[in-house]
Amino acid sequence: MLGPVVAGLWGTLLPAFGHLPAAGITGPSLDPFRDLFDWAGLPRAMVLSVSTGLIATAASLLIVMLITAGWSGTRPFRLLERLLSPLLSVPHAAAAFGLAFLIAPSGWLSRLVSPGLTGWDRPPDLLIVQDTWGLTMTAGLIVKEVPFLLLITLAALGQADARRSVAISQALGYGRLTGWLKTVFPRVYAQIRPPIYVVLAYSMSVVDVAVILGPNTPPPLSVQIVKWMSDPDLAMRLEGAAGALLQLLLVIGALVFWRLGEMAARVIGQRWIIAGRRGRFDAVTAQIALGFGTACALAVLLGVVVLTIWSFAGYWGFPDALPDQLTWRNWMRHGPGTMEALGETALIAGIVALAALILTIGCLEAEYRYGLHISQRGIWLLYLPLLIPQTAFLPGLQTLLLGIGADVGRGPVMAAHLVFVLPYVFLSLADPFRAWDARMGTIAAALRASPNGVLWRVRLPMLLRPILTALAVGLAVSVGQYLPTLLIGGGRVATLTTEAVALASGGDRRAIGVYGLMQTGAALVPFALALLVPALVWRNRRGLRHG
Amino acid sequence: MMKHLAVLAALLAPLPALADPDPADWDAVTAEAEGQTVYWNAWGGSTTTNDFIAWVGDRVAEDYGVTLEHVKLTDTADAVTRVLSEKQAGENDDGAIDMIWINGANFAAMKEADLLFGPYAEQLPNWAVVDYEGKSVQTDFTVPVEGYESPWAMAQVVFVHDTADMPDSLGSMQALLEWTKANPGRFSYPQPPDFLGTTFLKQVLVDILPDPAVLAEPVSDETYDDVTAPLWAYLDELTPNLWREGKAYPATGTAMFPLIADGELDLSISFSPGAASTAIANSELPPTVRTFVLDKGTIGNASFVAIPYNSGSKAGAMIVANFLMSPEAQARAQDPDVLGYGTVLNMDALSDADRALFDALDLGVATLSPAELGTVQAEPHPSWMTRIGDDWMTRYGVAQ
Amino acid sequence: MDKGLSLRHVTISKGGAPLLSVHHDIGPGEVLTVMGPSGVGKSTLLAFITGTLAPDFQATGEVCLDGHDITHAPPHQRRVGILFQDDLLFPHLSVGANLAFGLQPGGTTTERKAKIAEALDEVGLSGFETRDPATLSGGQKARVALMRMLLSEPCGLLLDEPFSRLDAALRAQVRDMVFDRARARELPVLMVTHDAEDARAAGGVIVTLGD
Repeated sequence: MLGPVVAGLWGTLLPAFGHLPAAGITGPSLDPFRDLFDWAGLPRAMVLSVSTGLIATAASLLIVMLITAGWSGTRPFRLLERLLSPLLSVPHAAAAFGLAFLIAPSGWLSRLVSPGLTGWDRPPDLLIVQDTWGLTMTAGLIVKEVPFLLLITLAALGQADARRSVAISQALGYGRLTGWLKTVFPRVYAQIRPPIYVVLAYSMSVVDVAVILGPNTPPPLSVQIVKWMSDPDLAMRLEGAAGALLQLLLVIGALVFWRLGEMAARVIGQRWIIAGRRGRFDAVTAQIALGFGTACALAVLLGVVVLTIWSFAGYWGFPDALPDQLTWRNWMRHGPGTMEALGETALIAGIVALAALILTIGCLEAEYRYGLHISQRGIWLLYLPLLIPQTAFLPGLQTLLLGIGADVGRGPVMAAHLVFVLPYVFLSLADPFRAWDARMGTIAAALRASPNGVLWRVRLPMLLRPILTALAVGLAVSVGQYLPTLLIGGGRVATLTTEAVALASGGDRRAIGVYGLMQTGAALVPFALALLVPALVWRNRRGLRHG
Repeated sequence: MMKHLAVLAALLAPLPALADPDPADWDAVTAEAEGQTVYWNAWGGSTTTNDFIAWVGDRVAEDYGVTLEHVKLTDTADAVTRVLSEKQAGENDDGAIDMIWINGANFAAMKEADLLFGPYAEQLPNWAVVDYEGKSVQTDFTVPVEGYESPWAMAQVVFVHDTADMPDSLGSMQALLEWTKANPGRFSYPQPPDFLGTTFLKQVLVDILPDPAVLAEPVSDETYDDVTAPLWAYLDELTPNLWREGKAYPATGTAMFPLIADGELDLSISFSPGAASTAIANSELPPTVRTFVLDKGTIGNASFVAIPYNSGSKAGAMIVANFLMSPEAQARAQDPDVLGYGTVLNMDALSDADRALFDALDLGVATLSPAELGTVQAEPHPSWMTRIGDDWMTRYGVAQ
Repeated sequence: MDKGLSLRHVTISKGGAPLLSVHHDIGPGEVLTVMGPSGVGKSTLLAFITGTLAPDFQATGEVCLDGHDITHAPPHQRRVGILFQDDLLFPHLSVGANLAFGLQPGGTTTERKAKIAEALDEVGLSGFETRDPATLSGGQKARVALMRMLLSEPCGLLLDEPFSRLDAALRAQVRDMVFDRARARELPVLMVTHDAEDARAAGGVIVTLGD
């Protein structure tokens, strides 16, 4: 899986140093960097990239840790847990549209309280969406990263023996939240570090959310790179490559910064633990954290609701809380287009997710049969494609693919998707697969079942639910891919996501509603099936109901 | 024996590049086009345009057996890049793009880099009914077209205002500036380098310059600063009173319609005289919206389609290009319920039946008649657009 | 000797440090009990015999079953049955299907069904074929697990702390049932346990590791 990443980086490195023989430009030269540093928007674009990334990551981590610390095992927490799959499966672009439709000056929230509470009969001239500092974009990232980190944390909790640690610290007089932070957090954090780094790298280089919610005067660096890369003037391509390299350096720098922050937190945390305070503000802190968590969940869910309303809206003037009339017209109009895009999306996602699943099961089964262990370093290798900003290697990969004439169509797009889908499928399935009681395998072998027999007749059926969940994760990741589809597909591969983001510039909220909803459905339905199918198949098998 | 040798020699000889279809031999073009798939790269941000292109696809499939696929772009420059990259990669016979909705700087760039197939436009059968004398379809932003692209729609800048909040039209850019001072936050234009955004900048320049003739020449370093100084002064004064104080801009022209519908904007611009009526019909704009042009007239130009040199379906693309210039397609495009685009055809050259198609159209409440549209100002040379766009980015596009 | 389970100079080590050494023959119907505190490597010995030793262990020596050297045979061809302290019934299969999984291939469906019914009958669970294993009591599960193992016609039997999860009353009952069946089928039995009472009840040679 590293092949495409390395190749793509190579394809970025050469033009960044002024070497693009195909265009008759040979290097090396530093002109692309000179042009890059001449761009007046660069300081702001860099600051945006770094600030949105760091703030979004830190804020989502804080929210998730405090919620888990304060509420795990309680009823509100279980409710959040149950909402997790749907929240996770809403693609970034759809969630971003939903958020924009909610909080814009003319958004649903403003409509609901206007003119009653606010006295507005016209939307106020407030810069909320696309604000200069990227705060709305950061918020859009947070609402999507919170469920992701929560999922990862839940998986890590199982191995951290959290319940007993908290019980013991409570017995020692610590508040639930403080006790959790002092005893469980260090162990959980050690486990969730790789995904946190992924979130950081992703948030710094995201394109689709930035296009929808981010500022444009100037845009974050990643968006500007994509703009340069698609400029008809080839010299811009060199500048874009230089920008991509800068983006890579920024991400590496931010990761180093984060690592230093970890070390500082460690020192401070140890002092805090030794100081022995029992946590006076636990209750308040937990309430605030739950408030933020609920806000994140509501932002996504209400976002989907408002997308739904717009998709059925006739004329809907401000400040009406609801449209004058609901109509099927938007669906009739965009139905054929969405169905075509849905077919393309489903075909790509289906094949990619299935391929990723087969590769994953193959890897994990080989690990089991031959007693191999994936080292910590191996895990990092798996995360590497997710840590390298997409904007840094996809344009280079596109240039390379073009060079070998394999540039057009679904095949290369699927291959590019696989790079991003495989890690998620692997990470989703690895734990349950490994947690499977190996004595079941010994028993089955002792009952004279061959290794393949054990796999097909015992292990896979028992793991039906995690396998289907991993497949759904793979589908959702593939459905949400924007940049790989756009760049590698050369515009010929139109998925629901590329179509929806393309609509962003046109601002037709009804069309966006239809496409956003379809996109959400394409990711959500597999998750629902992953819950429903095992429940139906194993309805008479109590032993598998929580497996 | 000799015959066999000849066949053998032919087989051994290096394969010649596939012969391009000859637009003058229309029967051969029609025959070759059947079964071809044409990938038309066109901006995909407007659902009405997307619907129209889908209809064109249905019609050419029906009549000619040509399959039309709309590749929806966010920026036409993407398609230009694509063809360039293909040329560098040696993909000379079957590129990904068969047809591009194009004009202005992108056309100039592609024509200069020999990336276009042609000349073909003036050999198309429907060229006979095109108003090539009365409408500027043989130059594109002062660049001679020379048959390398074929026209399919006329566009002219109009200002779109909601008469419920802004009853009166404005006669000049200076008047617009005064109006924004009295009504801050109620006007905006798409962010350059968006096509309509740069057009707005040019419109300002054309209207406030005492003599815009200098814009017909390519931009020169000696005169650039002097010529554009009034423009920057104007924008410096305008920007603080723009929507969101100029800290954010709508991405495109169509993105401004919902802003008008919500009451965020009272005034915006459009490059399509009929677009407002169409949007009213689609309940995207309130029925109180009307359009106006400036006293001195406004900038106008034609939209074209061009065929990349490496298209594998040139015959099919010519079929589509020719169909776009047909009275049937032109009348449909002008229908405000569909697109509301201006036609490129010469009404006098049409048959009575064809002319009746146009006469039957109700242009819609917000659409100005050809007489009301008044003088069409010529587009400046494309080099102005590029340079002004770049400077705008530096001055206003990276936040003050 | 021909019949029975022979462990010949079996030494298991981890990272160069020897864990245990065993050299012993278990005749048909005999029980060898291996005792020792936890962590001494009792279960590792069983893993070596079933062929599922983790790669961080190294083993030398031979395992022969009924005269065949099975030291390097794949696990599913060794014909060694094993029972763990947990019943480990396959949760996705019904009780009947669990038994069918163990039952050697061959015979018509009717014959196989009859064999399964017979096996359930033998342990007092007639008519349990369609039950979900998760709904069975601990003793019932242990009995199904035993019959599943016996239906696979093993030539030797390994017991890994097999009764430690059962309460006292049930424990003796299940224990007797296992040893009775093993003796009846003349199976050599190797049991690892840290429970002295289990060791006594087995009535065979006792080897204590880790002293």
